[in-house]
Amino acid sequence: MSSFPLLTVAAALPAVGAVLTAALPAATSAKRRDINKTLPLGISVLTLVLAAVVAIRFKPGGARYQMTEHHSWISDFGIGYSLGVDGIAVVLILLTAVLVPVVMLASWHDADPVANDAGTFERNRRTQGFFALILAVEAMVVLSFEATDVFLFYVFFEAMLIPMYFLIGGFGDRTVGEDARQRSYAAVKFLLYNLLGGLIMLAAVIGLYVITAKQGIGTDGHGTFDLSTITQALASGKLHFSPVAEKALFLGFMFAFAVKAPLWPLHTWLPNAMGEATPGVAVLITAVVDKVGTYAMLRFCLQLFPDASKTFGPAILVLSLIGIIYGALLAVGQKDIKRLIAYASISHFGFIIMGIFAMTSQGQAGATLYMVNHGISTAALLLVAGFLMSRRGSRLIADYGGVQKVAPVLAGTFMIGGLATLSLPGLAPFVSEFLVLVGTFTRYPAIGIVATIGIVLAALYVLVLYQRTMTGPVKPEVSGFRDLHARELVVVTPLIALLLFLGVYPKPVSDIVNPAVRDTMSDVHRTDPAPAHPITAAQVAATNSQGGGQ
Amino acid sequence: MDNLIPVLVGLPLAGAAVLLLGGRRLDRFGHWLGVLASTASFGVGLVLFFDMLSRSTAQRPAFEHLFTWVPVAGFQAQVGFQLDQLSVVFVLLITGVGSLIHLYSVGYMAHDERRRRFFGYLNLFLAAMLLLVLADNYLLLYVGWEGVGLASYLLIGFWQHKPSAATAAKKAFLVNRVGDIGLSVAIMLMFSTFGTFAFGPVFGAAHTASQGTLTGIGLMLLLAACGKSAQVPLQSWLGDAMEGPTPVSALIHAATMVTAGVYLITRSSAVFNLAPTAQLATVCVGAVTLLFGAIVGCAKDDIKKALAGSTMSQIGYMVMAAGLGPIGYVFAIMHLVTHGFFKAGLFLGAGSVMHGMNDEVDMRRYGGLRKHMPLTFVTFGLGYLAIIGFPGLSGYFSKDKIIEAAFAHGGTEGWILGTAALVGAAVTAFYMTRVMLMTFFGEKRWQPDAEGHEPHPHESPSTMGIPMVVLAVGSVGAGALFAWNSSFVKWLTPVTGHDEGHSPLSSWTVSGITFAVIALGVLVAWTMYGRQPVQATPPVGSLLTRAARRDLLQDDFNHVVLVGGGQHLTRFLVYLDAKGFDGVVNGIAAAVGGTSGRMRKLQNGYVRSYALSMFGGALVLVATTLLMRAV
Repeated sequence: MSSFPLLTVAAALPAVGAVLTAALPAATSAKRRDINKTLPLGISVLTLVLAAVVAIRFKPGGARYQMTEHHSWISDFGIGYSLGVDGIAVVLILLTAVLVPVVMLASWHDADPVANDAGTFERNRRTQGFFALILAVEAMVVLSFEATDVFLFYVFFEAMLIPMYFLIGGFGDRTVGEDARQRSYAAVKFLLYNLLGGLIMLAAVIGLYVITAKQGIGTDGHGTFDLSTITQALASGKLHFSPVAEKALFLGFMFAFAVKAPLWPLHTWLPNAMGEATPGVAVLITAVVDKVGTYAMLRFCLQLFPDASKTFGPAILVLSLIGIIYGALLAVGQKDIKRLIAYASISHFGFIIMGIFAMTSQGQAGATLYMVNHGISTAALLLVAGFLMSRRGSRLIADYGGVQKVAPVLAGTFMIGGLATLSLPGLAPFVSEFLVLVGTFTRYPAIGIVATIGIVLAALYVLVLYQRTMTGPVKPEVSGFRDLHARELVVVTPLIALLLFLGVYPKPVSDIVNPAVRDTMSDVHRTDPAPAHPITAAQVAATNSQGGGQ
Repeated sequence: MDNLIPVLVGLPLAGAAVLLLGGRRLDRFGHWLGVLASTASFGVGLVLFFDMLSRSTAQRPAFEHLFTWVPVAGFQAQVGFQLDQLSVVFVLLITGVGSLIHLYSVGYMAHDERRRRFFGYLNLFLAAMLLLVLADNYLLLYVGWEGVGLASYLLIGFWQHKPSAATAAKKAFLVNRVGDIGLSVAIMLMFSTFGTFAFGPVFGAAHTASQGTLTGIGLMLLLAACGKSAQVPLQSWLGDAMEGPTPVSALIHAATMVTAGVYLITRSSAVFNLAPTAQLATVCVGAVTLLFGAIVGCAKDDIKKALAGSTMSQIGYMVMAAGLGPIGYVFAIMHLVTHGFFKAGLFLGAGSVMHGMNDEVDMRRYGGLRKHMPLTFVTFGLGYLAIIGFPGLSGYFSKDKIIEAAFAHGGTEGWILGTAALVGAAVTAFYMTRVMLMTFFGEKRWQPDAEGHEPHPHESPSTMGIPMVVLAVGSVGAGALFAWNSSFVKWLTPVTGHDEGHSPLSSWTVSGITFAVIALGVLVAWTMYGRQPVQATPPVGSLLTRAARRDLLQDDFNHVVLVGGGQHLTRFLVYLDAKGFDGVVNGIAAAVGGTSGRMRKLQNGYVRSYALSMFGGALVLVATTLLMRAV
């Protein structure tokens, strides 16, 4: 156990930053407003530094949870303030910490006050509030990844809904036809769905506690919420679920995570929320907040309820397969750029969930890498789309055409984001998508084969989007477009660099993830299916002498 | 020496990076940088080739492992290269023809303001294509496979302000993605069967796998090959791909990328040899495509589309030969190389004609050009003689061998395949003579272009002329060189194996019959397009001609079945998603909240009630816990 509470500090920094930012005096001029925005940006960069320290100090192959902190909180009910990270949590915290400053910089003017008729600005804290809310979301998300106490996780899992609600409902996308009622509807829908999921999960959380209490698990036998204690008790046989109870609890947890992820058919809140939110907030939703859902499936569903996970696994695989194809088909049919990307994300979440429940090393490592890569690729595509939309003030694909001619750098970066979204080999998402496919195929060949249809459909919606917006004759409204400027380039360059780097050399990330995947595989008592006709040692030796390697 | 192998890929990759990221300051000399990267890679290829020549047969294959790419439990993907007798042939073809076409493009694209970007894409293509043929495992091959697809997409759509170009580019990528399903599934099958997808181990262990698995892998690889090599049923993109600049058609859509399918099948010979069903499917695909492409080639008035039909048909020959097994592998690759010379030469010739004719592509508006463009006429003419298989020229040595191998396959199958190959040869002679006559002979049928400029056909600059001459030399001499002392067969046999087979007809008989049918094709074409003047507007034509003009209705079929069906499906799903799933949820919400007005009120006060419910939840939790402790 580390003496310095690094994990707490990494989460507390954005939380404190959020409060400070909100408390700054309201800006009276554009310059003051920039200062008010620089503080939260600086804090998010510091958080990134701390996240990098966490990643560097993390020893792959060491203890399962590292940098742990334990403090009893409500000891009477066995609720503890327990933090700790495994490899999966480390890479997701890093993803969050990378994306938040990028999103802030991309959204720099998204919450600026609009001049009233007199040409003056209303003096209020709205702008800095936007940035404070982003930091608040970051703090909650990071704590969700760090929590190793089920109740603590539940608190943060639910608490992040509040800042997200205000971000979606309070800061709309300033485009033509933007409708405050639509936005409010989207925000409430987001909240309703996630709240419903959360309440059902709450019931399951209580149920879990009741069972541990009944069976005398925990420090004084009064029940516990501590993940490690429960999993150890399960492994040693001290804790035993009746099959019915385990299934019910699994479904309670899974429902909440499936709403958040989202898994078909619980997905319909996502296109509304992403369509109405600003591009930056849409990135927060799909690239960061939703990842808590898929992460929690790996962390809680599989660890706490291994048998139920195996029982329901095939059914969830079928739902995720439907999600892959359904999301992609819906993306093809969209007229609105942001909704198209939202449906593409639904398809991608299908891949992630499929990888988790295929119960193979490749599937789960692939799913974890997929969470990271999808975060980066969607951020690249969506933020560049946001730059595009800010130039024309429209979300409709049909309002664009020929942008490539007037803004080649914008078009080029949009293309790279798109190619990453369709998982082009050489870019990061290919690695994770192929791992998920191969990991699924080795256990469920039919599902793996059908899922490959997703790679054709992904090419379809990406290339149709690119063709309609970027190629063809230059539309008059487009002809005055400015190419990407410095701030926008600073936003997309690191994302593209990461996509290339992790496509060519994903080993640093997979090395961190692999031990955690091994642990999860042993939690669910699963081993990878062995090859039907493995190559023999003699054949390997023969090949190695040629230098071919395996 | 082996550590030079990655340099082959690295040089054009670096060229692409510099050209695409370098910005406008490279505009002045960027194209020469592209040429340099390409020729330097060719130079390295030559060094490696001569080094390989100097070694004994067993020592020739070279391996170079760079780093571990994706390690997850049993799944160990490596970045490693393999340079053997087969890949070195491709390296020389790709970088050699590639360098010539880079040089040609300096002249051809001289007036294009985005020339630097064009060379960046060309270099990117070279890097990806070299990666494809140098990879030592299927997953890395996949990267090159998609990389060439990307370069092809970017170059077909290079003039993307033209909607037709943008559409053609998208179509090529999409059809290829269907083929990619095949490659993905093949790799997954290999992994689940052998626990690896590296060439050496898979080929070594292939005999241990079941017949069904091997057939599955073979058929999936064939699907991939069909996409990349424009074979039936995934052929529809190649004709449209002619929207790209002509050097692109020559390099990517004639000489190199489209032949990647043949490489894939030949490289996987260890799998195909053990999967007769997959081989049968391969020869069927090849035979059907060689006839399909030839028929389409007969009906096209667009010179590039006529050549595209021809490319499809010639690759059909190669795929058929590869499907024949050890009888055919060597000749498939030999025809691939000679075709690389003469078809690239023909395309460059067509580009030269277009260059002199205000970018006109309709052969009905050419005519009598031999006097105005003598160099183009001679080089194109030599390419023409090579492709129809005129004795002594390149195509004669490679195509006759494939026809012979088809007969040598034996049995009824052998007769069917041999006959198909002969019919294809006759039709090839017909459509190529037609192209030749309509373009270079007969009366002038020139017409002013859309802006009213009269064409003034002139010979092209030397940057374009030199590559045409070099390729013409290859079209004439390469076949004889390869056939001399069976050098090509001997070179490749250690990789692909070779079997003479037992042809029911003697070599001379096959040659004789082939020459007769070629003469027949030429004669028919001459009666139709030489003896009588060519009409400036196409005649209505027979039912077959009209179908062939529409690519034998491939697009009509795709449009009705795939595009139409797909659009209806997505529209229905969009409707369902909005009305169905959402409707149910909204309905429940409305039922709970009463009217929509009350719904809104609920929305406004929602956060408060949410906080309340969280508070309520916590209360329930505390109550339950207390209760549990009491029990």
